[in-house]
Amino acid sequence: MAVTDLNATGLRRDEFVERLKLFGLGSPAMILVLVILVIPVGWLFYVSFIGADGSFSLENYERMVERKSYRRIFFTTFQVSLLTTALCVLIGYPLAYFMAQLPSRLANLCLITVLLPFWTSLLVRTYAWLVLLQKNGLVNNWAISLGLWDEPIKIVHNLNGTLIGMVHIMLPFLILPTYGAMKAIDRDLIKAAANLGASPRRAFWTVFFPLSTPGLFAGALMVFVLCLGFFVTPAVLGGGKVIMVSMKIVSNIELFVNWGAASALGVVLLVLTALILWVASRFVNLERATGGGGH
Amino acid sequence: MIGWLRSPASETQVTHGQRLWLYIFAGITMILLVTPTLIVIPMSFSDSQYLEFPPEEWSLRWYRHYFSSDEWMLATRTSFTAAFLTMLVATPIGVLAAYGLHASKLPAVRAAFVMLITPMMVPLVLIAIGAFYAYVKLQILYTMTGLVLAHALLAIPLVVIVTGSALKSYDMNLEMAARSLGAARWKAFLTITLPQIRFAVVTSALLSFLTSFDEVVIAMFISGGDNPTLTRNMFNALRDQIDPTIAAISTIMVIVTTLMMALAQIFGQKKDTR
Repeated sequence: MAVTDLNATGLRRDEFVERLKLFGLGSPAMILVLVILVIPVGWLFYVSFIGADGSFSLENYERMVERKSYRRIFFTTFQVSLLTTALCVLIGYPLAYFMAQLPSRLANLCLITVLLPFWTSLLVRTYAWLVLLQKNGLVNNWAISLGLWDEPIKIVHNLNGTLIGMVHIMLPFLILPTYGAMKAIDRDLIKAAANLGASPRRAFWTVFFPLSTPGLFAGALMVFVLCLGFFVTPAVLGGGKVIMVSMKIVSNIELFVNWGAASALGVVLLVLTALILWVASRFVNLERATGGGGH
Repeated sequence: MIGWLRSPASETQVTHGQRLWLYIFAGITMILLVTPTLIVIPMSFSDSQYLEFPPEEWSLRWYRHYFSSDEWMLATRTSFTAAFLTMLVATPIGVLAAYGLHASKLPAVRAAFVMLITPMMVPLVLIAIGAFYAYVKLQILYTMTGLVLAHALLAIPLVVIVTGSALKSYDMNLEMAARSLGAARWKAFLTITLPQIRFAVVTSALLSFLTSFDEVVIAMFISGGDNPTLTRNMFNALRDQIDPTIAAISTIMVIVTTLMMALAQIFGQKKDTR
């Protein structure tokens, strides 16, 4: 009796040690995340509470509430993120729906048109839009020759240009999970709805659409969160007129070397992002957005 | 054609004709998704200062300018070296982590997984200024080491997710069998498990390469001096003027990406386990 007991605990201990060792295999990766990400961001968090005179102060946060220019930056950030997300849903959902109806060979071909931009450098795509939308660019030239407008209009270096570029960059993030969710829908359910007398429209809105929402929500959430922290596209296509939080962080460091102000903005951005993801994770399966991509 | 338009397109007997709007809309959207990237290619072969399409005269002058510029060549070397080293660093430690967390069933695994994918969730700008500060302290600012470490950090979530999902569909009993026949754990992993998940590992490696190669925001802060990346120099050039040399560089970047993506697709399509 006593011997078997001993063996059992011994085995259990061995197993625990084995599991601990296996867990330890993750340590190089975890150390990297700790040293390059967690500790520096922790330090930024600390710095955000240090005032100009070097003592503890909330002035970096108070500035955000008091100054109109900071409030405006947060407003712009949310405005751009919401508009981009809405446009991505309106454009991306029908395209995902279209692809989900195709035979798989054809669908895979169409999927390339989504994956190619997805993996092309975001800088290259932003540059392409800058070229296309400039005053004597392709879009203006064609619109004029087609008679849509008479004189070259300003499409870039403003909010419109930023939105065009951002929607283009974010669309794959919405389409891939939405398409994934649609492919998983059992087609017989639609047939059953039709069989029971639902009109095509009704079958779509009461059966197909609700079943596709997990993918759509995961995609839209991903787009929104990525937009909140976006830098490159608004910096290039916004022409200084669209100032988002991330751009203010960069200019606080590059131009004013004000680590306190930059850190406080960074902390707010991080907390907002984490809060949105946390709240959303109770309703949406986030693994769809991170692991559900088609690559 | 008319027959096709009237034929049913879905389970609800909606005809192709009634759905024509969807087909047109989808077609236009797909064209808009692809063309902006591809249009840079013909433009880079234009002889003109101004980026026109279609170019009136063709020439290789922007490519000549690019290949004869020491500055751009240095940046190109940096970007390729950093991408290659990032792949070499991120893939093994990411695969090890994915395997370790998969096999160890400790309660802490979930927290460790969340920690490993945080680089994907934290806004890039924040990672960038954090790394910038840390690198000044560690005295590795503007070095290849620093650049590779930061890019490996970004690549790790991808490696862990891609390899982790391959491990989920892999039967760990195969490795158990090898071990019960006397193989050491590491040997069982290398000879049994790794060959079974090799396609996921190759895909992870390619994605790590691309992550580093395309990355802008972090490179803007921590690359420079003797090690400026291509993306960093491109971004700075874009702030000033629209130089057609950028079109030539963009073309090269699009080709590299397409190549990598094609490889990733080929490997990704193959099922790791039968």
